[in-house]
Amino acid sequence: MNTAMVEARGVRKSFGSTEILKGIDLRIERGSVTCLIGPSGSGKTTFLRCINHLEKVDAGRLYVDEHLVGYTERNGRLYEMKERQTARSRLNAGMVFQRFNLFPHMTVLENIVEAPVHVLGRPRNEVTAEAQALLDRVGLGNRGHSFPQELSGGQQQRIAIARALAMKPKLMLFDEPTSALDPELVGEVLDVMKSLAEAGMTMVVVTHELGFARQVSDQVVFMDQGVVVESGPPEQVLGSPQHERTRAFLSKVL
Amino acid sequence: MQQHSIPDTRPESPTAPADSIPVVPLRHPVRLAIAVVLIVVALSAAWDVAVNQRYHWDVVVSYLFAPQILAGAGLTILLTVVSMTAGIALGTVLAVMRLSKNPILSTISRGYIWFFRGTPLLVQLIFWYNIAALYPVIAFGLPLGGPSVVLGSANVLISPLTAALLGLALNEAAYMAEIIRGGIGSVDKGQYDAARALGMNGGQLMRRVILPQAMRVVLPPTGNQVISMLKGTSLVSVLAISDLLYSAQIIYATNYQTIPLLIVASLWYLLMTTILSFFQTKLERRYGRGFDAAPRRPRRAKGPANVPTQTRTA
Repeated sequence: MNTAMVEARGVRKSFGSTEILKGIDLRIERGSVTCLIGPSGSGKTTFLRCINHLEKVDAGRLYVDEHLVGYTERNGRLYEMKERQTARSRLNAGMVFQRFNLFPHMTVLENIVEAPVHVLGRPRNEVTAEAQALLDRVGLGNRGHSFPQELSGGQQQRIAIARALAMKPKLMLFDEPTSALDPELVGEVLDVMKSLAEAGMTMVVVTHELGFARQVSDQVVFMDQGVVVESGPPEQVLGSPQHERTRAFLSKVL
Repeated sequence: MQQHSIPDTRPESPTAPADSIPVVPLRHPVRLAIAVVLIVVALSAAWDVAVNQRYHWDVVVSYLFAPQILAGAGLTILLTVVSMTAGIALGTVLAVMRLSKNPILSTISRGYIWFFRGTPLLVQLIFWYNIAALYPVIAFGLPLGGPSVVLGSANVLISPLTAALLGLALNEAAYMAEIIRGGIGSVDKGQYDAARALGMNGGQLMRRVILPQAMRVVLPPTGNQVISMLKGTSLVSVLAISDLLYSAQIIYATNYQTIPLLIVASLWYLLMTTILSFFQTKLERRYGRGFDAAPRRPRRAKGPANVPTQTRTA
């Protein structure tokens, strides 16, 4: 049976009295690339963080790989997960952040090896060999012993992707991965993401790079004011948008 | 600049003499004058200290390695190490409590810090020394008058040394809690997201990611604390504990050589703080790893870079 990698049903999230997500329904297929686009404050980053339970879902249901995120269902009630359970459930998804968030006190190699060794408890030498292979894959094979701050933004983001991949996730989440980069460094990061998509990784990407969305994604989701306004294949959403809000947004961005 | 071929055809390039104009650095006559005056003052002060018979340098030298003094210095080190270690451990717990989302934990921590920072250390030391007046018997038991196990008389259990260690450590914990809280607060919030997204639980997140980075901010003020603790232990002389200062006081109480023995004690305090500062510098360098990239630059020469590295967005 073909089940979705991510399935959201009526997902709601508020910060204080401000409702950021007002009922998100969305299905993300296995092996697909989904781009979330929309104006700032539309809730796309919050939704992405909910998928990884970095934010707690207030209402509705969010399934990742058929498991309810953040809650256990028993006897018709939802019980909030213990911290350790939550930590384990996060292993399904790798996450890449706008501001890289590499660990500055560790070398590049130590950054990548950290979680596989200390979270998964795998042998260090085995993981180190894999980490080196990942570094080669993102084109930074000779940078293992540098510290993150010695690298350019584009290089740091490629390391961050390698670090997430080292956990062998089923799903990769990208939160505006190129927004903090100088324009000339955007391409190298998008190239790594493209090759990842070609390798069949399920990806959810919050982005302003409409070129990337058009070229790589299977599904484009336009969000505004906490709801999904429209979603579909890129040629439809970006090429002939059905909603006025989508058209208004695209006309401002393009 | 010019093309290569141009200077060749014109050996007397107009730019050549311009390069060789001697540069006269700006002089600072006032600064120089002040420096000279200060040197004269310092030298004459040093000369006076050296030749003034009333300093009794001979007495200083004869007591510098006296057994009582050495034992006193040893006790000072012991007091510093034990109370500092306990203070840092308790301070870390208090800092984490203070940052807890549970209001009871953070309020308790806040109250502790308020009380122990707000009362004089000397008073706290004397208080612990006289604890037997409040609690003649020390016992473990259930709260509100439940069954208990008597451990013994407070006068026996709380020796002057225990009182000193309690006073110093509990006081220090309050200061360290604030320093560590500041350090933890200085770590970028994105680090929590990154660590959680990699599946770390709270303990791993703290131990592996947050605290090592907080160390960089925590170390300089902690070095200050250790040094002031080393000297602060001299307060325990009021509890008749023979630390470095009290040992010196005992000696000058009998031979009336007050100044020379205070010099002896000060020399030892100076030596110890100097050694501590040295280790502080080393530790700061260790935990600055990755933040100040300068010392590791030579490494980067290895192999060609794939992408130019000048531009950096941080």
